[in-house]
Amino acid sequence: MNTSARAKNRNFRWGLLFFLAPVCLWLFLLIVLPHIDLLIMSFRAENDMGDMVWSLSNYRNFFEEPVYWLTYVRTAIYSVLVTFLTFCITLPLAFYITKVVCPRYQGFLTILLLMPFWVSELVRVYGWMILLRESGVVNHFLLKIGLLNQPIEMLYRDTTMVLGLVYTSMLFMVVPLISVLESLDDSLIEAAHDLGANTWSILFKIIIPHATPGIVSGSIVVFMLTLGNYLTPNLMGGKNSLWFTEQIYNQFIASFNWNQGSAFGFLLLIISSLIVWLGLTLSRQKLGKVVQ
Amino acid sequence: MKIDLSVQHVTKTYADFTAVDDVSFQVETGRFFSILGPSGCGKTTLLRMIAGLSEPDSGKIEIRARDMAGIPPNRRPVNLIFQNLALFPMMDVAENIAFGLHRRGEGKAVIHKKVSAILERVDLAGFETKKIEQLSGGQKQRVAIARCLVLEPAVLLLDEPLGALDLKLREQMKVELKKLQAKVGTTFVYITHDQSEALVMSDHVAVMNQGVFQQMDTPQNLYNHPRTPFVARFVGDNNAWAGRVNSSDGKTVSIETNDGFTFQVLSDQSFQPGEPVDLFLRPEAMLIQPDEAIADLNRFEVVVKSLLFDGANSRLLVNPLKTGTELLIALPQNRQYDYVRRDDKIEVGWAKTSGLCFPKIET
Repeated sequence: MNTSARAKNRNFRWGLLFFLAPVCLWLFLLIVLPHIDLLIMSFRAENDMGDMVWSLSNYRNFFEEPVYWLTYVRTAIYSVLVTFLTFCITLPLAFYITKVVCPRYQGFLTILLLMPFWVSELVRVYGWMILLRESGVVNHFLLKIGLLNQPIEMLYRDTTMVLGLVYTSMLFMVVPLISVLESLDDSLIEAAHDLGANTWSILFKIIIPHATPGIVSGSIVVFMLTLGNYLTPNLMGGKNSLWFTEQIYNQFIASFNWNQGSAFGFLLLIISSLIVWLGLTLSRQKLGKVVQ
Repeated sequence: MKIDLSVQHVTKTYADFTAVDDVSFQVETGRFFSILGPSGCGKTTLLRMIAGLSEPDSGKIEIRARDMAGIPPNRRPVNLIFQNLALFPMMDVAENIAFGLHRRGEGKAVIHKKVSAILERVDLAGFETKKIEQLSGGQKQRVAIARCLVLEPAVLLLDEPLGALDLKLREQMKVELKKLQAKVGTTFVYITHDQSEALVMSDHVAVMNQGVFQQMDTPQNLYNHPRTPFVARFVGDNNAWAGRVNSSDGKTVSIETNDGFTFQVLSDQSFQPGEPVDLFLRPEAMLIQPDEAIADLNRFEVVVKSLLFDGANSRLLVNPLKTGTELLIALPQNRQYDYVRRDDKIEVGWAKTSGLCFPKIET
């Protein structure tokens, strides 16, 4: 009895190990190991003699060069803004799909919403560029109806870049919001209405508190993807709207300064962790609960 | 007497059927009024129209003599207790109860006082900081009631709030709800499909079927003098027996049942000879082995098919001799009938005042 129980226990442990091994290997070899290497690299720099030594100069450069830390702060603020805008746009959308529209069309509308995401991000961004560039569709149309006298450049502005980023990240907000709003009992909304609540207090007292786990998990994903996005800021923001990922890219590829690049990479990691932690603390949510 | 709620010729039609069809009634201040009907009879639709969650197609709803047309639910002096109670799980008990008061913009101190007063009233003093999921079914019930009563509505609407409770608790809450209503004096409009809930608690009951009020009366009258076959079947248990009228003199009707028995029934309705009718007999109207000396009884012999023991509510399932008709007869548990066994042949009698006779409706 005792031995069989022990054997069973041992079997279980081997099984667990067997299934966990690929995950552990993947985490260790592809995430932990390269990061350790990058971390080491970020603390190494050439000294005057041209030898590699331990140094904080990579981090010092970041603080001494305004363009670096300005881009850094800009990227963080814009990411928060994009996350907030995405939320503001998708909440009514998700509410409409789950609560207002006839249940027959729910699936259809959700698929309609997901459809653009079957196309690669690159193609979608080029789609926006075709619409917005100086000789693009929108300019052509506005000229035709006489609203403009001469075409204006709509690309390469902060607004355009934010628009592109919101568009790119919508999917990752709308899916958790739909699933969390589906679990909201309609009678709670009706009860609140019956007890004297108007639309705004229903939104802030019932809907948003109920949807908080979905909002937080969607926001985390959107925020991280936006912060680490390279394609959209690069193509739609151009030279006028620098994104911190572009600085990292420049260091690695253009300047071939891997040490400076890794330092930037770690700084980005720090700010993203910091803001996610701040968001979780402010909304009083636990990460483990939110990602479920 | 002041009228709190007045519903006049209200009709609500959905795409393919009429949920509520020209319903009118009035409820006086401080009354417990129930609407009793099978599921799908339109009672919830009616209640939601009173609460303002949907609008009637035609007709008028007045609360304390004010026309409610176009007034949204948050501005109506009525509150609704939902079938699933709809307590807010993201708030604790005190926040749930204070929700409506906050919406009215009352001061913090006033809210605090009112919340603890109402909690005391529903016997939940000290439960302010409890979470909703920590409460038992009966406690949730009382929080839901407190949440509405604290707003002092003109009319409190209740949508089968006892439906989710188990039997024992339901029996207990029935009595408690009745006592609470008497204590606070608020007008209650209660809908249910459970006839016992309606009969026990209400001052007046309306029986509803297919969007129409069949009868509106006191519980006693509904039970003793149902005016339609539907009410006779739906309120309490009844045995239905199909037959034809032999003769009718405006007072006594002589009926021959389809299986050959002849009975006398008192009725103030008059019937044509040969008219098909349904005869309704309450299980407790039938006496087992009645004394020979009692005159004017409709007597017949039956064979006992089975004994349905259910404590005070025990019944006999019998067949009248040589027929397939099934009848339920009340079996008082006073030891007097302990000798009755399965397959026994016994005599049964009923007074002609206790039978009810309605023209047969083709179904």
